[in-house]
Amino acid sequence: MTYIKPKFRHPDMPTNQIGYSKSDYEGAISTLCGGCGHDSISAAIVQACYEMSVEPHRLAKLSGIGCSSKTPTYFLSNSHGFNSVHGRMPSIATGASLANRELIYLGVSGDGDSASIGMGQFVHVIRRNVNMVYIVMNNGCYGLTKGQNSATADVNAASKSGSANLYPTIDLVGLALELGATFVARSFSGDKTQLVPLIKAAMAHPGFAFIDVVSPCVTFNNKPTSTKSYDYVREHQEATSSIDFVPSRDEIVIDYREGDSTVVELHDGSALHLHKLAPHWDPRDRASAVNRLLTAKAKGEVLTGLLYIDPGSQDMHELEQTVLQPLNTLQEKDLCPGAEALGKIMGGFR
Amino acid sequence: MVNWESNVFPGILGRTCDRPCEPACRRGRVEDEPVAICRLKRVAADNKGDVNAFMPQAPKEKNGMKVALIGGGPASLTVARDLAPLGYEIHLYDDQKAGGGMMRSQIPAFRLPESVLDEEVGYVLNLGIHTHFNTYVSSMKDMLEKDYDAIFVGTGAPKGGDLPKLPGRWDCKTNNIHLGIEWLASVAFGHTTRIGKRVIVLGGGNTAMDCCRTARRLGGEKVTVVVRSPFKDMKASPWEIADAQREDIPILNNMPPKKFVVENGKLKGMWFEQIAAVYDEHGKRSLLPTGEPDVFIEADDVIIAIGQDNAFPWIERDLGLKFGQWDMPVVDKHTFQSTLDKVFFGGDAAFGPKNVITAVAHGHQAAISIDLYCRGESVYHRPPPMTNLISQKMGIHEWSFDSAVVTDLRYAVPHVEKQAALTNRTLEVELGFDAPTGFREAQRCLNCDVQTVFNTSRCIECDACMDICPTSCISFTLNGEEADLRTRLSAPANNLEQDLYVSEDLPTGRVMIKDEDVCLHCGLCAERCPTAAWDMQKYLYQVSKAAPIWNISAL
Repeated sequence: MTYIKPKFRHPDMPTNQIGYSKSDYEGAISTLCGGCGHDSISAAIVQACYEMSVEPHRLAKLSGIGCSSKTPTYFLSNSHGFNSVHGRMPSIATGASLANRELIYLGVSGDGDSASIGMGQFVHVIRRNVNMVYIVMNNGCYGLTKGQNSATADVNAASKSGSANLYPTIDLVGLALELGATFVARSFSGDKTQLVPLIKAAMAHPGFAFIDVVSPCVTFNNKPTSTKSYDYVREHQEATSSIDFVPSRDEIVIDYREGDSTVVELHDGSALHLHKLAPHWDPRDRASAVNRLLTAKAKGEVLTGLLYIDPGSQDMHELEQTVLQPLNTLQEKDLCPGAEALGKIMGGFR
Repeated sequence: MVNWESNVFPGILGRTCDRPCEPACRRGRVEDEPVAICRLKRVAADNKGDVNAFMPQAPKEKNGMKVALIGGGPASLTVARDLAPLGYEIHLYDDQKAGGGMMRSQIPAFRLPESVLDEEVGYVLNLGIHTHFNTYVSSMKDMLEKDYDAIFVGTGAPKGGDLPKLPGRWDCKTNNIHLGIEWLASVAFGHTTRIGKRVIVLGGGNTAMDCCRTARRLGGEKVTVVVRSPFKDMKASPWEIADAQREDIPILNNMPPKKFVVENGKLKGMWFEQIAAVYDEHGKRSLLPTGEPDVFIEADDVIIAIGQDNAFPWIERDLGLKFGQWDMPVVDKHTFQSTLDKVFFGGDAAFGPKNVITAVAHGHQAAISIDLYCRGESVYHRPPPMTNLISQKMGIHEWSFDSAVVTDLRYAVPHVEKQAALTNRTLEVELGFDAPTGFREAQRCLNCDVQTVFNTSRCIECDACMDICPTSCISFTLNGEEADLRTRLSAPANNLEQDLYVSEDLPTGRVMIKDEDVCLHCGLCAERCPTAAWDMQKYLYQVSKAAPIWNISAL
């Protein structure tokens, strides 16, 4: 049995701006089925964090329960992590973010964890615009319990069990758009060229950044009758745009033809260059995103790429006007204003 | 037997080889040191038990052909081993009293015990070889007149380099200036048993190392090796230099000899110049005097070990056997045939001094040529080597080879206690790995014999192999020109000598590209692959031989 990854790495691997090589962002060897889309997403997260030169101790990974929620073990072993109760990752993330707004929060969930047991939590974390990346590894089935259809399985799609799904699907992207999410994207585990820049952009976005990643369950839901198989998604994938994430420190050298591309400036000076492929769509216009999504759905296409972004996003901290410092660094003098100040406050109520 | 089949002298070479294989060992690409292939061959040879029952036999019924082998060294013995099982009647001539050639005369017993030499030479001679020892062949013409169907010349490079023009060289009336290989042979055969207390060894090759270490064992207390060029240009293997230094032998570099000092016919010592190596912009070296004063080193004996040369005074030049540059015979590089059809050359005799394993390689090829020639076939229609490829899959996470990659550093071979070694010329210095250490060292092997084989039609492009690969060997990208491809892979592919493994086009239009350069053969790509598009397959290669000696596929 080989459940040990050899220690040797390629001797000529480059390092990023803070001197780490990609292997510094790796985790333990995966115990998921070989070929699971989730492993590809883990690799994309590793790649994105490496390219963004994220300091591993500045990131917290949070998850619930399920195959998807096991994955934080398989990336960023030098980061903080919290494996929560099934479907309850959003409250943990909200609490953690309130306690310390300086970390990057990376939530990893699955279709069961978010669209079924955790739906209540999911909608509220969107509503609060918690500053985090929220990735749903969406395979349309409950892989950990032998592949029963999940709430995101398409109508009439059939997994390995062979019986077609009778119930309408919950489209998490549509839901997120409806609920006012400020960054909404969909991607495919088998398309890292698209997924990696999306994760980078999501990390740079101030507010709730949602990425629904179609991730085939190679064991239970990779059949010709399935709509979340490698082959189906490849045949039906339609991208809104190709995307380049341009960090502020990089000079922009790509020369786009006028009319084809849209530049979205982010708050930290970085930018998204969207090389548009879909007509009648503006990434800053929520209605056009909804419209585009529905059109694609009617045609049986899987619309991927960045669907909507609100560059003016105000996250929970801005709305609540919370303190900038992490709570555990607040001293008594910060927390106790003293008898005089208290008297003034009390006076205000008289 | 696997160890013996192509190598022929695993016990000998496992102790004495120049190790051309180790710089090629891929372990050296991921860490500092290659696998100790050479010393592992020794472990395997030493622990093999009785193999006589497995040895090939010479048929009782001969094929009626007679082949003469001139010289009893590794090249000739290899020819004998390869041809005897086919029924050839082999006659081996050597001027020494036993077979082995330079392995017997030049490699000191403290590096190669006589018992090991006798055993492995014996396996060959036991194939019914007719030996003519203590017989110096003095005329090729005479040999050609005998009824041999073919003649193989494996006489090595028997002439030690000298410094005939160095002042004082011929003034010494006592026998205290020696030629390295002759002196080593004289020690090996017991004619020389003592040397002076102060000894200078000239030269920086392995012969010089053998001379200085032998001198230490024959009474030399202050033995100094003096090399004319810089340390880094020394021809000796680094481990042999280290072994000499461990025996308190200083090695002085950048000091060309200037003259011998002889008083009243008695050697007193030598003067040396001091130089520095200067390189021009083309990297060409010149040795220029530094202007520092010359150095005098006292000596009772001087051993000149500055290389060795071929010598064919016994081959008449009017036989139709052409000689070319440097008075070397003209020999075909692939067939080892000379310009005289029935005469073949191999080992140092063919293309100048190399090493034992090269001589063995020559022997295999010459034997093929001799067999083809004797059967009246073209020596250019050579049999292909045996190769095969067999899947090693035993289960989802199970292979029939040791796929785990260990991080152990190279193990050092233990030595005997120095004082004991220096007082006994025949006491082997290296003790060899014990079995557990040998096993641990062998575990460092990255299993180059197990190939990662990719089946395009099975791949679903899930990226699992690319994501798991510890050394980032695998990429999925659009195809292109090689130079361009090399820049677009998961990791830099800078080793241009290593071809890229490029698959057919995949359904998305991309291709799988594997850069084998630092692949660990850990099998994780194949374990993570959900469709078994990757497989680990063992590749066997048996160098072409005149006859199958030992059929590995029958194991």
